[in-house]
Amino acid sequence: MLTYNVLIAVAFLYVAFLFGIAFYAERRARAGRSGWVRSPWIYTLSLSIYCTAWTFYGAVGYAARSGLEYLTVYLGPTIIMIGWWWIVRKLVRIGRSQRITSIADLISSRFGKSTSLGVIVTLIAVVAATPYLALQLQSVTLSFAVFAEAGGTHWTQVDLSRAALWVAIGLVVFTIVFGTRNLDANERHHGVVIAIAVEAVVKLCALVAVGVFVVWGIAGGLGETLQMIDASPISKWQQPAGRWVGLTFLAGAAFLCLPRMFQVLVVENVNEDHLSTASWAFPLYVMLMSLFVVPIAVVGLNLMPSGSNPDLFVLTLPLSEGWNVLAIFSFLGGFSSATSMVIVATIALATMVSNHIVVPIWLSSRGAGAVVAGDIRLVVLLSRRISIAAVVLSGYIYFRLSGGGAALAAIGLISFVGVVQVLPSLVGGLYWRGATRWGAFAGLIVGFAVWAWCLFLPSFGQGAIIPVSVFEHGPFGIGWLRPEALFAIEGIDPLLHALLWSMLLNAIAFFVGSVATFPAPLERLQGAQFVNVFEHSSGAKAWTQSAAEAEDLLIMSQRILGPTEAQQIFAQEAAAQGKAGYLPDVTPAFIQGLERDLAGSVGAATAHAMIGQFTQGSSISVEDLIAVADEAAQIMEYSNRLEAKSAEQDRTARQLRDANEKLTALSIQKDAFLSQISHELRTPMTSIRAFSEILRDGDADTATVERYSGIIHDEALRLTRLLDDLLDLSVLENGQVNLNIQEGSLKTLLDRALSATDASGRRLIIRRNAANENYLLNTDLDRLTQVFINLITNADKYCDAEAPELKISMRRIGGRQVVDFIDNGSGIGKESQRVIFEKFSRLSDHRKAGGAGLGLAICREIMARLGGDIVYLPGQGGAAFRVTLP
Amino acid sequence: MAQKIRPPQFLARSSYRQRRLRDVAGMLPIFGILLLQVPILWPREEGQSLTSNAMIYVFAIWILLICLALFLSKAIRKDVPEVGEGQEEAN
Repeated sequence: MLTYNVLIAVAFLYVAFLFGIAFYAERRARAGRSGWVRSPWIYTLSLSIYCTAWTFYGAVGYAARSGLEYLTVYLGPTIIMIGWWWIVRKLVRIGRSQRITSIADLISSRFGKSTSLGVIVTLIAVVAATPYLALQLQSVTLSFAVFAEAGGTHWTQVDLSRAALWVAIGLVVFTIVFGTRNLDANERHHGVVIAIAVEAVVKLCALVAVGVFVVWGIAGGLGETLQMIDASPISKWQQPAGRWVGLTFLAGAAFLCLPRMFQVLVVENVNEDHLSTASWAFPLYVMLMSLFVVPIAVVGLNLMPSGSNPDLFVLTLPLSEGWNVLAIFSFLGGFSSATSMVIVATIALATMVSNHIVVPIWLSSRGAGAVVAGDIRLVVLLSRRISIAAVVLSGYIYFRLSGGGAALAAIGLISFVGVVQVLPSLVGGLYWRGATRWGAFAGLIVGFAVWAWCLFLPSFGQGAIIPVSVFEHGPFGIGWLRPEALFAIEGIDPLLHALLWSMLLNAIAFFVGSVATFPAPLERLQGAQFVNVFEHSSGAKAWTQSAAEAEDLLIMSQRILGPTEAQQIFAQEAAAQGKAGYLPDVTPAFIQGLERDLAGSVGAATAHAMIGQFTQGSSISVEDLIAVADEAAQIMEYSNRLEAKSAEQDRTARQLRDANEKLTALSIQKDAFLSQISHELRTPMTSIRAFSEILRDGDADTATVERYSGIIHDEALRLTRLLDDLLDLSVLENGQVNLNIQEGSLKTLLDRALSATDASGRRLIIRRNAANENYLLNTDLDRLTQVFINLITNADKYCDAEAPELKISMRRIGGRQVVDFIDNGSGIGKESQRVIFEKFSRLSDHRKAGGAGLGLAICREIMARLGGDIVYLPGQGGAAFRVTLP
Repeated sequence: MAQKIRPPQFLARSSYRQRRLRDVAGMLPIFGILLLQVPILWPREEGQSLTSNAMIYVFAIWILLICLALFLSKAIRKDVPEVGEGQEEAN
């Protein structure tokens, strides 16, 4: 009884010591002197929570039952850590760059920050971890019972339960005090880490001490120990090859997937370089932990009475030899293994439960009001504390229900198989960009279902949950669905059977699901960032609408991160942007960083949702992408419009250039015309003056007088005609003309025009097709005749052919009647075509001209008044005019 | 578009050594897995005890792996820039 009381006292002292050192570490850390906590050695020691009470007590029992097979449980993690260059390095880099808080957060974050995936992983982890937690409670209480028994008291089930309850309460208190001190999981729990490191040292020393005692104290040396091993029942060890390979794989996979391992390996990692030290120091640690397991088992089997529990040889051997101090030390080692595992596992599970189940539910129950209501920080902390208590409590309940019967190792392996169902999604997500959310869903659910059906539910015993008939004949008589013989393949080791089928079907479902579906935009973005984390570790560059107000964001951040830290983040960002005060511009980069800070507290999915409330929807949605595409389209449209505009300007410029050329040409023409008209006016005036002077002098005969008077008269007529033309044009242009509308046929008009020009001695031969000319017109016939006369006269005057001809032809074009006047001369030069209808324009051979270059201008004005048109028709072999009749 | 700067194909002796060390780090777990699966191939005849031999073999390999990992963690320099897969093969 003395030993038991001493044990209780030592246990309390040890716990007090752990509390003390944890407080000390927290205070040092708060004072900013946490350097020694951030050493690679502490990191390596914290990894040792892989070695739980299962390792400490159970490995010896495992060795006593199955020989060297227990080594696989350590060889798997050894391979993973030695091969850290392959997976662990990438995992840690992603964990740090994305501020991952748990394995559920990693999966959720990788597959588009999906809340439901986080829930599934959390549920799997909790279901798989509960028996494991029960196992730790069981091992601690059993070790108490051993001492009580040594003191002469036999513990009943009630005593065991009571002890387990007290242990559970103590663990909850410690975990809440040191595990939920700060909210940001990435700020790391210095107190917890240091306590775990101390416990790691204690458990290693304790096991090595017992081992040394057994090898050199009892067996009598190394050689003797080896002989004993070969003589013992363990030497009959027949290792099934499948279990050796399968368990090595299982242990390695579980090392990556266990929530508590993820917590210490990735979340609590402060420096990636620590991995390099841990890559050899952690294998060394587990090697030392397993070194003395077989000797202890062999010596225990030899010395202890048959029927004693080999799981407890580590305690019972020193006790039976009377080495009470060593036994108590050994007890502390086992106690440390159990408590450190429970503490970290509980923190990891509570973080997952709170971030992926409680907070999302709380947020959605608040609806949109979550933005303004309450202090989220308190809610998250509270939910995490409740989760801690609930997780430990569930372990305790499982312990009570199971009665602590099954061998320790069996429970551990069953739990492992459950946890590694995350592996396909994890590895697929890290290395394959094609992995999608639906693939992960399918894989996790299929794997979990197979595990539950083939291993977890049967582990309660045949007939406990699944009826015995189902084991024998399958559910509803479907033989190939029997829990231990899927697809009717019998005889595989049950654990191996479950591992094989769950992993295989899980991986197939994951792969097929991924290949068959299409990832959401955010998923693809995250996928690229995870898979190519080494290419852009600088961080994600998700495009975000910056509709959020800095002040709203600050209010929300304060609720999650606490006022001091939130204000510091905002002030830093403002300073980085060159602004004073606490409100920086809300840039996408800032929102990105803030979201990651929040994710460190509440998990990626929740942080994303909360930021999303401010940025009006998720930061990358299809709508956003469409908006981006729209913007691009708008830019393209704008540039198209610019192009069109510049084309229009080009056109305008060309028109202006044309107009300018026309003006210049006209100006030249005008100059020429002015000199021409003055010449035209002066020539008759000179003749009139000269002949009238001769007549005034009176010394001419009658015939001469008559001739001279005729000349004067002709010249005066010519002047009058010129002035008439000018006046006519002026009247037409000013729109003062009165039209005299009559009805007549085209033929008559042409006849009149030709007979008028005949009178002035025309040399032109006219070709017409009179049959076509029966076209009735209702217009000012006199004016139209004037146009025809003008055209015929022009042709007569300017046609330079040997035998000048004019072809007058009718046709209908586009519903309008047109009359073409085509001569057989050399036509009008291209440069002149543009100006012939202008006033004062006259082509160079003005010597022949009877008029002053106003004829065509008058024609055009007349046709415009009548509602018709007259244009020059190029390319007809001579000068050609087309008159479009009204 | 700016031209991509191709990393040099042939390296100085020290960087070459660094790359080979990383190759060793990559291959170490693979050889480790193979070596540690050897005990399951040993014959299992009745009455012949191999447990102590197997134990010695496994722990020897284990210690060897730990020593190599220790050597690598000291020898691999962190300041040498990472190389992509394709570039590594271009050597």
